[in-house]
Amino acid sequence: MIAFIKKQLTQAGKFSRFIGRFFRELFVPPFQFNEFIRQCYTIGYKSLPLVGITGFIMGLVLTIQSRPTMTKFGAESWLPGMVSLSLIREIAPVITALICAGKIASGIGAELGSMKVTSQLNAMEVSAINPYKYLVVTRVLASTLMVPLLVILADLVGIYGGYIGYNVHSSIGLLRYFSEVIENLDFLDIIPATIKTFFFGFFIGVIGCYKGFNASGGTASVGRAANSAVVTASLSIFVVDMLAVQITDLFY
Amino acid sequence: MSEQPIISIKNLHKSFGKNKVLRGINLTVNKGEDLVILGRSGSGKSVTIECLVGLLEADKGKIEVFGIDVTKLNYKELNKIRLRIGFMFQNGALYDSMSVRENLAFTLKHHTKHLSEDEVEKQINEALENVGLKEAIDKMPTELSGGMIKRIGLARTLIIKPEIILYDEPTAGLDTITAKEISELILSVQNKYKTTALIITHDITCAKMTGNRIMILKDGLIHAEGTFNELKNSIDDWVRSFFEYE
Repeated sequence: MIAFIKKQLTQAGKFSRFIGRFFRELFVPPFQFNEFIRQCYTIGYKSLPLVGITGFIMGLVLTIQSRPTMTKFGAESWLPGMVSLSLIREIAPVITALICAGKIASGIGAELGSMKVTSQLNAMEVSAINPYKYLVVTRVLASTLMVPLLVILADLVGIYGGYIGYNVHSSIGLLRYFSEVIENLDFLDIIPATIKTFFFGFFIGVIGCYKGFNASGGTASVGRAANSAVVTASLSIFVVDMLAVQITDLFY
Repeated sequence: MSEQPIISIKNLHKSFGKNKVLRGINLTVNKGEDLVILGRSGSGKSVTIECLVGLLEADKGKIEVFGIDVTKLNYKELNKIRLRIGFMFQNGALYDSMSVRENLAFTLKHHTKHLSEDEVEKQINEALENVGLKEAIDKMPTELSGGMIKRIGLARTLIIKPEIILYDEPTAGLDTITAKEISELILSVQNKYKTTALIITHDITCAKMTGNRIMILKDGLIHAEGTFNELKNSIDDWVRSFFEYE
């Protein structure tokens, strides 16, 4: 038991140092701008279809599933507001972040893990190229900035999905639907929900990189790194979400 | 070859947990010399050169490269030394997401930002020509054979024009003919660029072809030292056993 606790604390210490190094390297030139843009493209642009489809389905399904209950209470007209609030405050950020954890964290973990076990990281190191700066800083930064954008996309597409879902049984114009959505939304619904997505993106990136950088023991460890990255990143999303909700609740 | 030591290792110790890999290695490599370190698997050959370039931190001892103790350098200072040292990895360690051209350009562009695209291309072609693989320029590492990967690895090492080249098992995993070709290539590169070389191997043919001097590592210590013929005719049975299948 003591050995287990010691191991966990050691891991926590190593992870904290890894995060600390990110912030140290972030502000020290040279900046790998080209690699950062390439990572934004890979993490952000290439995730657009997946996030778009998922966002649409979330909005559609949420509307269709909520309708019977809302109708029972005579509150069918509240559907656009309820769906958009649910999507923006909780469902879209968490589901999108979980999708990103599956796609981005596993991808980063596997890529860096593979580079580690095939000595590519060492090759960079002996060529006097800082692999941490080139690989980790760019990926974590790209993930931190791209996940919020993907969540915003999921919000918008999800709301549109809600509009389609609403029109399955009733009829409402797009403009009226969106004006009802906006009427029910407050800045305080959007801002905290958006802020937490930066943290989701940061943890997705940093956990993927950490797991990849610490892969050891041959090709099997690449799979383990990818798997562990997804599990840990997913768990971290729930923890960050819980903390974010508590903090938001304190202020609003 | 001059008598000026370019690498000097004194009393180098390195352990992994309770496993003592290096137990006090002492060696000197002179400028222009090609030193081969022979030894069985797990004898600490690779650990020695990894300590030399700072990939591993030595537990104890002094490692002087170009007269500077690399164990006392910070990251930035160490990188300046690393730029003067080429490292050829056992598996080539090519960046598998990049083509051969990109693999070679990556390091070059990173350190020589003033070079024009034409100049970069010229140097890539020159490096590939030196290893006889100019036609592989647009290939991906997955499209290359084991021997080709080693050659491209060497080209990538040469492109930064190092003063010292460290070869980690350059012929490991290759068939006899390809291994001989790689040894010949190392020799021709050494002759052309007049670099200092430290070659880690357990391939006797490679050691014979490429080394001016050979050291044999046993249990984390230098067990024997001499020319190929001196060691082959050593009075030590264990040393002679290395050369039985030559």
